[in-house]
Amino acid sequence: MDVSTAVFYLIALITVGSAAMVAFSRNIIYSAFSLLGTFMGVAGIYIFLGADFVAAVQVLIYVGGILVLILFAVMLTHRITDVQITNRSAGTIPALIVVGVLAYLLIDTALETPWVKAKQIVYEATAAKIGDLFLYTYLLPFELASLVLLAAMIGAVVLSRKEIKE
Amino acid sequence: MAPNELSSYLIIGAILFALGLFSVLTRRNAISVLMGVELILNSANINYVAFSHFGSGNTDGQIYAIFVIMLAAAEAAVGLAIVLAIFQLFHTIDVEAAETLKD
Repeated sequence: MDVSTAVFYLIALITVGSAAMVAFSRNIIYSAFSLLGTFMGVAGIYIFLGADFVAAVQVLIYVGGILVLILFAVMLTHRITDVQITNRSAGTIPALIVVGVLAYLLIDTALETPWVKAKQIVYEATAAKIGDLFLYTYLLPFELASLVLLAAMIGAVVLSRKEIKE
Repeated sequence: MAPNELSSYLIIGAILFALGLFSVLTRRNAISVLMGVELILNSANINYVAFSHFGSGNTDGQIYAIFVIMLAAAEAAVGLAIVLAIFQLFHTIDVEAAETLKD
């Protein structure tokens, strides 16, 4: 087993292990911090797949943005000094059965299907290609995405501000 | 399972999807439900990038992954704002407490 295979197993283990912590932890602070391991592990998987730009975007937006937002929401809605179970679950057994069957079906499909393979697999810097695609082929979705982000920003401000009683 | 096989990445994506779906189904805390949604979006992104790398050989799959990340950011901002509004109204973020629309 060479080094890259070992690193791949390590990254896969970190990703799946901390995702399991997110799903099963009884304390919401532990869940939120485990999300960091999942996001960093997924960024490592992107690097294994030769997607350097997507990995950088993953670290910047998920770890730098969404995770901080989630941690703020956790801190704003809980009293930190509480140490009892802050992350209640309900209906665990039926959910485990449904999710287990679904995961089995998905993994079986992934293993059994003869997927179409590319002729050769190339590793090269993708940032220039992605920039070209955004400004030529995917220009309209790109502009629409900026509109969606603006609407989401305004919506978040309107939703979370306090009403001033006259 | 090896780093140069498509199926190993699809298996990681499937496990992440299952864990995220479990989180969405069982959690009663609204923020935990949002965390489950983030796990599901990440698993879909892994599939996009894996198929773009092994299947097509072009970068179109990565473009879709970036769009998904963009929409996840918008979803997190609006979702957490709604959670804070629910907390101001009901003084809890248990999703079973916010059932005013049922009546």
